[in-house]
Amino acid sequence: MAVVEVRDLIKQFDGGKVHAIDGVNLTAGDGEYLVLLGPSGCGKTTLLRTIAGLEEPTGGDILIDDHVVTGLPPRARKIAMVFQSYALYPHKTVLANIVFPLRAVRMDKVEREKKARWAAELLGIEKLLDRKPRQLSGGERQRVALARALVREPQVFLLDEPLSNLDAKLRASARDELKGFQDEIGTTTIYVTHDQIEAMGLGDRIAVLAGGKVRQVGPPTEIYDDPADTFVATFIGSPPMNLVPREGLLVGFRPEHLLPAEHVRGDDRTPLPLAVDRIEYLSGDRHVYGTVSRIGEETRVVARLPATVDTPITAGETHDFAVHASRLRFFDAGEEGLRTEPIRLGV
Amino acid sequence: MATPLVEADVEPTPVKQLARRRLADRDGALAWLFLMPSVVYIIALVAIPFGLAIGFAFSDVSAGDPSFDWAGVRNFVRAFEDPVFWRSLGNTFVFTGVSMVFIVLFGKILANILVANFRGKWIVRFLVLLPWTTPVALSTISWLWLLDSIYSPIDWVLRQVGLLDKGANMYWLGEPGLAMSSVIAVHVWRLVPLAAVILMAGLVAIPRDIDEAAKVDGAGYWRRMFEITIPLVLPVIAVSALFGAIFTFTDMAVVRILTRGGPNDATQVLSSWAFYRGIDGGDVAGGAAIALFLFPLLLAAAVGILRVVRRIEVS
Repeated sequence: MAVVEVRDLIKQFDGGKVHAIDGVNLTAGDGEYLVLLGPSGCGKTTLLRTIAGLEEPTGGDILIDDHVVTGLPPRARKIAMVFQSYALYPHKTVLANIVFPLRAVRMDKVEREKKARWAAELLGIEKLLDRKPRQLSGGERQRVALARALVREPQVFLLDEPLSNLDAKLRASARDELKGFQDEIGTTTIYVTHDQIEAMGLGDRIAVLAGGKVRQVGPPTEIYDDPADTFVATFIGSPPMNLVPREGLLVGFRPEHLLPAEHVRGDDRTPLPLAVDRIEYLSGDRHVYGTVSRIGEETRVVARLPATVDTPITAGETHDFAVHASRLRFFDAGEEGLRTEPIRLGV
Repeated sequence: MATPLVEADVEPTPVKQLARRRLADRDGALAWLFLMPSVVYIIALVAIPFGLAIGFAFSDVSAGDPSFDWAGVRNFVRAFEDPVFWRSLGNTFVFTGVSMVFIVLFGKILANILVANFRGKWIVRFLVLLPWTTPVALSTISWLWLLDSIYSPIDWVLRQVGLLDKGANMYWLGEPGLAMSSVIAVHVWRLVPLAAVILMAGLVAIPRDIDEAAKVDGAGYWRRMFEITIPLVLPVIAVSALFGAIFTFTDMAVVRILTRGGPNDATQVLSSWAFYRGIDGGDVAGGAAIALFLFPLLLAAAVGILRVVRRIEVS
């Protein structure tokens, strides 16, 4: 168990033409579950690979357990990594796959078999030990890869999109297991994903990356409720946050906070007329698409009405909607789109 | 009233021909068209000579008397009674076995260099592939000079270093043991680039993830080499080794150019012995019988290759 710290990390490819990581500072606390979230090409996998030692950084340092490991090969870092493809050794049995890291550290035979069985039992794959990887299903392969990572008792787990090769149903249950597993082991874990549901569900904290930079680090609720900039606001959430331009600012609010006026309680509400043009009914919620006016420029937005809101809404009509003032977020309309001080909307 | 399912007196819509079927659409005809050249080639250049060789082996045909007379197994008996035949057979196995060990070994090492990423890799790749792209006749002439009995530059270097006395020579092609070593060395030099390229293809096919996983799992270079890389390219190694073995087994180019089987048949292999007996010596029937002896051995090797290939497909 250890703290992983990344200081001013820079990684360039093709002689500086591609800035994969552009000055990242990040710390994963002892036993923490840190999720690196971002769109494809944002540098999250490169960051993970650099922490693993598979890529050499162009600049900056990596510290594991307060030791600088920047120049060290992967094997000296006491880390374990689960690859997106699982990267099981196809010619070895499951047992041989799991004991491979132990043989590399020259553990004796009896002890390593014991260790492998312990890991296999923990992950429920003790019946598969004699099989070859190609005889396993996707979910079983993922468990074998986890068992192989687990037996070394690493200081840090690095997981690179380990659920992306599973089908949707299996992914939900595997996510649940993965979380329970980490709670039990308590090892510092860095988890890379592009799937915000995985990130929100698994992470103690989430680091949102874009363009090789960290946009925001914080617990899931903070990332969701208080996005640091417009990128985070629109990357997280499905549908994403609505942004309405107004005099050099962007007024943001989540679709679920834009409700028919009578459902927004208190005096401190901002009324918004919504010219509805389309309604979708998705898993119990109504997604209402329309154009808002009054608080800024006319902008197309979406409102997500939970099943408990039964106000009749008709496409083609303008309805009275509102957002509670405490739910409004304000961003600079510039390129960075950073958060700004809230203002009172004189409506 | 229910509508009848079939209206008996409705005329079927006339089918309009949109376009003509071209030759390119007729798979059956195309198959024959494309197969024909190779069928003709195989019959003319493989099947007929092979049939002829079998026929000659049981005859008394010679360069002086081409008439066919049945001779039974006399040619085989004669070959088996000839000590040169047994010597050639032994040499063939030594030549093939030792060559293949070195070809696979050096091929693997060169393949690793070929896939590695470093500055100036293109010049190294060029040098690695050079022996393969040089015509044998041309390259072997330079080898003849390198291994010359008096003017050998290798001897000169050895003399300069002090490993050889002043005025002494190694006689690379004159001493039986050294001659065989020289023939093997030149053959290895010739085939290693091909082996390296084949093995490189095998190395490139290993997913990068697997090697990286082994790195993260704490395995060093040699452990990764022997536990991950080599087992994963083993099928490719096996196929290329068997393929190379067949090629080496039947090849006489290096022997012919460097030593002509000498000194005293020390480097004579079956194929060169069959050639000298059958073509140079004019004993066509005797040469055919010797050459035919290669057939069962090669057949076994070919079956071996096909089995390995099948195993790869299955796994």
